Amino acid sequence: MAELVWLIPAFPLFGFLVLLVFGRRMGEPGAGYFAAGMVFASFAVSVGAFFDLVGRDEAERSEVVTLFSWLPVGSLQVDMAFLADPLSIGMSLFVTGIAGLIHLFAVGYMHGDPKFSKFFLYLNLFVASMAVLVLGENLLVTFLGWEGVGVCSYFLISFWHRRDSAATAGKKAFVTNRVGDWGVMTAMFLAFGAVGSLSYSAINSAAESGSLAQSTATGIALLLFVGAVGKSAQLPLYFWLPDAMEGPTPVSALIHAATMVTAGVFLMVRVNPVLAVSAEYVPTIIAWVGVATALFAATIAVAQNDIKKVLAYSTVSQLGFMFLAIGSGAYVAAIFHMMTHAAFKALLFLGSGSVIHGMHEEQDMRKMGALRIAMPITAGTFIIGWLAIAGVPPFAGFWSKDEILLFALASSPALYVVGLVTALLTAYYMTRQVIMVFLGTARWESHAEEHGAHGEFKPHESSPIMLLPLIVLAGLSAVMGIIQLPSFSWIPKDLQYRLEHWLHPIVAFGEASISDTSAYANKGWFALLAVGIALAGIGLAHLVYSKRSLPVIEPQIMADGWRYDATISDFMGGPGRRSFEGMVALDEKVVDGAVNGSATLVRSLSGQLRRGQTGFVRNYAAVIGIGVVVMLLWFVVGRGVL
Amino acid sequence: MFGAVASGELAFPILSMLILVPVGGAVLVALLSARRPEFVKLAAVLTSVFTGALSIWLTIAFERSAEGFQFVSRHTWIEQWGISWYLGVDGISLFMVLLTGVLFPIVILGIDAHHKNARQEKRYLAWMLLLQAGVMGSFLSLDLFMFFIFFEIVLVPMYFLIGGWGYENRVYAATKFFLFTMLGSAFMLVSIIATAVLARDNGVGQITFDLVVLAEQSNFAASTGRWLFFGFAVAFAVKVPIFPVHTWLPDAHTQAPTAGSVVLAGVMLKLGTYGFIRFGLYLFPEAAWWSRSLFLTLAVIGVIYAAIVATMQSDLKRLVAYSSIAHLGFIVLGTFAITTQSLTGSVLQMVSHGVSTGALFLMVGMIYERRHTRQISELGGIASVAPIFAGFFMVIMLSSIAVPGLNGFVGEFLILIGSFPTARWWTVVAATGVILAALYLLWAYQRVFHGEADEANRSFPEIRAREVAVLAPFIVAIVFTGIYPKPILERIEPAVVTLVQHVESRSGFVEPVPGAVAGTSDQEGN
Repeated sequence: MAELVWLIPAFPLFGFLVLLVFGRRMGEPGAGYFAAGMVFASFAVSVGAFFDLVGRDEAERSEVVTLFSWLPVGSLQVDMAFLADPLSIGMSLFVTGIAGLIHLFAVGYMHGDPKFSKFFLYLNLFVASMAVLVLGENLLVTFLGWEGVGVCSYFLISFWHRRDSAATAGKKAFVTNRVGDWGVMTAMFLAFGAVGSLSYSAINSAAESGSLAQSTATGIALLLFVGAVGKSAQLPLYFWLPDAMEGPTPVSALIHAATMVTAGVFLMVRVNPVLAVSAEYVPTIIAWVGVATALFAATIAVAQNDIKKVLAYSTVSQLGFMFLAIGSGAYVAAIFHMMTHAAFKALLFLGSGSVIHGMHEEQDMRKMGALRIAMPITAGTFIIGWLAIAGVPPFAGFWSKDEILLFALASSPALYVVGLVTALLTAYYMTRQVIMVFLGTARWESHAEEHGAHGEFKPHESSPIMLLPLIVLAGLSAVMGIIQLPSFSWIPKDLQYRLEHWLHPIVAFGEASISDTSAYANKGWFALLAVGIALAGIGLAHLVYSKRSLPVIEPQIMADGWRYDATISDFMGGPGRRSFEGMVALDEKVVDGAVNGSATLVRSLSGQLRRGQTGFVRNYAAVIGIGVVVMLLWFVVGRGVL
Repeated sequence: MFGAVASGELAFPILSMLILVPVGGAVLVALLSARRPEFVKLAAVLTSVFTGALSIWLTIAFERSAEGFQFVSRHTWIEQWGISWYLGVDGISLFMVLLTGVLFPIVILGIDAHHKNARQEKRYLAWMLLLQAGVMGSFLSLDLFMFFIFFEIVLVPMYFLIGGWGYENRVYAATKFFLFTMLGSAFMLVSIIATAVLARDNGVGQITFDLVVLAEQSNFAASTGRWLFFGFAVAFAVKVPIFPVHTWLPDAHTQAPTAGSVVLAGVMLKLGTYGFIRFGLYLFPEAAWWSRSLFLTLAVIGVIYAAIVATMQSDLKRLVAYSSIAHLGFIVLGTFAITTQSLTGSVLQMVSHGVSTGALFLMVGMIYERRHTRQISELGGIASVAPIFAGFFMVIMLSSIAVPGLNGFVGEFLILIGSFPTARWWTVVAATGVILAALYLLWAYQRVFHGEADEANRSFPEIRAREVAVLAPFIVAIVFTGIYPKPILERIEPAVVTLVQHVESRSGFVEPVPGAVAGTSDQEGN
């Protein structure tokens, strides 16, 4: 089955092509179900490939499927090839699985949209690109998917492009991502120059065998990290992601939470041997960028009132956790958190979509409240997602976040403290959201007229097709921790570290690498501390937003995202724009001005030549003729030719 | 090794036909009576389609892994000066010949040039065919003198096409175009004659304009070679155009009729980049190697500078023109980096740029047809009114901003990855041009296609069947080249490898071997 991995991108690509031609005729809901079917077909292939690999010996769990030679020029030989190994198959399992659920949700969510089939066309193309990204055998195939998901993200963010904000957000996302793409491209140049190949196996084995110089490895690692910062919305390039919420909510769930934005994390894990031989400051930089982003975004999330913006900043923050894991050497934990996060964040986004749907396109949480009664299933599943992200055991997020914090502590107490504060804030802002949306008193009645619902306005529960994915994702968010349980004595041995065993030897070292630290020795206590922090965050938010016994602290500067985005916009619109305009003036006045000056001179000369002539053709012939004769004469007389 | 190998020679002189058929067509069109416009049109269409078919046949018959020139045709013309009708094709010129062959019938059939009367249409068609012959001849000539003649012939029809069928400021633009390129050509003419003359006493032994003989046998002193190279370089730099001699291009493009812009961007500008490779590197490897930092710098400035200027343009056509300058900077970068990958990328990018920028100009022309404006501010919301039209534009735009899977990426990526080992910092800076390309094109797209359509744009007609037919070949080329460029690359590569070796043997240049440290398998033989 592993040799059929090419089918994983092929199904949704086929779906894209079919929808391109017949999409409008298939209409609603046919196009949606068809698209979902294609993605579930990919999921089925992923499952098959998974069991195929499970059945093999660890050393045999890697299969390269070469379709054709893509860029063969001299020593550069790049194949269109896919790599089926535990990492890529694990990734495609959760990517196609969650994508399928989100497709189903979207059938309900996009109901009545005039561009219904087009939405699924883009969605299928996205899944195909994402599959190419994770299955790529070399950096260039991954880059094909990498740019492909970027393009789809652009299409889907600006899906409702009549709205200027949506069009602008799409463009912003693409251009910002391109900054990161510059890093990935340059990393490829460096890797090719040093290794002579772009395939992961060649690059990683060069790193493992020690033939990759440390300076080169450092360059490759840092440049790839630049790409990851762009794609995974880290400081300083995170600002496109909150704006990306302009897209339809299923897009936010699929692309801007569960899959695409984790591509940067995936890439770092894919080349982890290169990270291992790069300079020591490289992991430190990655960890600090990650944890700084995590804290920074969490402080912003605390003060957002848009239901999706909270989740967007939360995503940025959680991605920061994953980079903290990468920088601390916790590659398994990074992938683990990526997977649990995909489940609970997709759940939360879809839940928010369900709320927005039920509230007739209202996104302001200040106009919500008490929706648990009107939307019980949405509320119930959302609460599971909340507990998972807040880090309450036994829900999934607890296990993955705890493992990251453990590694962070082993690598630096400072990282740990910042991570812990972020965890507190996470529990706090998520509790705030749950209270504002589902608990408390209903505030939507007084805003009824704003929703355009004349007379009676009543939020309603969503249709079964939308609720089914919520229930499945809630189930996953609850139990997904089981794939990587830590080595506590009360946990059965064969349930411990399953993901780590699965990813071995792609990720060579797991918790063994920190087993001699005091953090590891006392990990039970630290786990308890993490639980305490999560509960403290929840309790604090309860006191502030439910009991109202503590003051609300939501300063405007935090609501404005520390004015980071605004500063960049001001710069682009101000000095940036002016310098571009200065360049245009330079081109027109100086460069072309010099030219026009001499052109005027030449024109006056040719005008004199024209005096004896009648037409352009003769004038031309004359110029050429005289010129040729003069030069030939010069050669004959001056140089003695002939 | 670059000798005139007569492999794959056909029973009849296909290369001569590729030039003479359009010339004959032009003469025929000129002689036919304007009172029967349908015959005139038919003659022009048949001629160009036949030429296109010949170029396709040539591509199929081309022997893919052979070194040297194929289908060589040679007839002595002026014996005492060593001038001959000497044509040949190799991997470097093959796809430009194909593009020239195929682009003209599409342009002649597909673009309505709005003639005032039948006489004007007749002139238009005659000029188009002559233009095709001139471009074809330039790509096929292996004799410096003949190359010069064709290179110059090209100017005349283009001058009249811009001046006669262009927009409001056409006379200024046409004159500027003409004088600019003439000025460059004057330098080249001096260099061509001097090369032939000086080569006699520097290894060749006789006066000849034979490119292969001159390149293989001449042994100019370094300073002589550099001066001679400089003369060529000026002409090519203007033609490409390279910063800072680029300012004729935006005017020419903006004022030219759609057909003129498509041909200009599609094939004519490539005479400059082609010239650098075929004549610059091949004839004067030492000088090219010696002056590389100058050209690399100008190329990279062009990439960044033109992209920035493009961003702020208010005229859509002018924006595409500046984007063209930026893209051509990549090609010059790849040329002067002189590695197998970078040069192969440059040659491929010449074709890719012709396809994607040609198609962009086509679509800008279609917008002008509908709205009679090129001003971005007067457009808007078109994606809601004409989604399929917008979709076509989107694909072409993505190709232009080098999204992998489409043709623009293959060329630019090969150029950059190939240039990195020999021109590291230039490459790193040039790669940022990829960010800027996304910025100016996406911003323009947003303003033209996104948002709400106002009164004037609400009636923007959806794409028509004929327009789809015109764009379809471009889309096919864009996607095919992006996904499966191997058939193209493997035909370009042998010629490029030979050229790189030629440069290595005559200058201090040594092509670096990627991965020499890590010791990977050498797949050169595949």
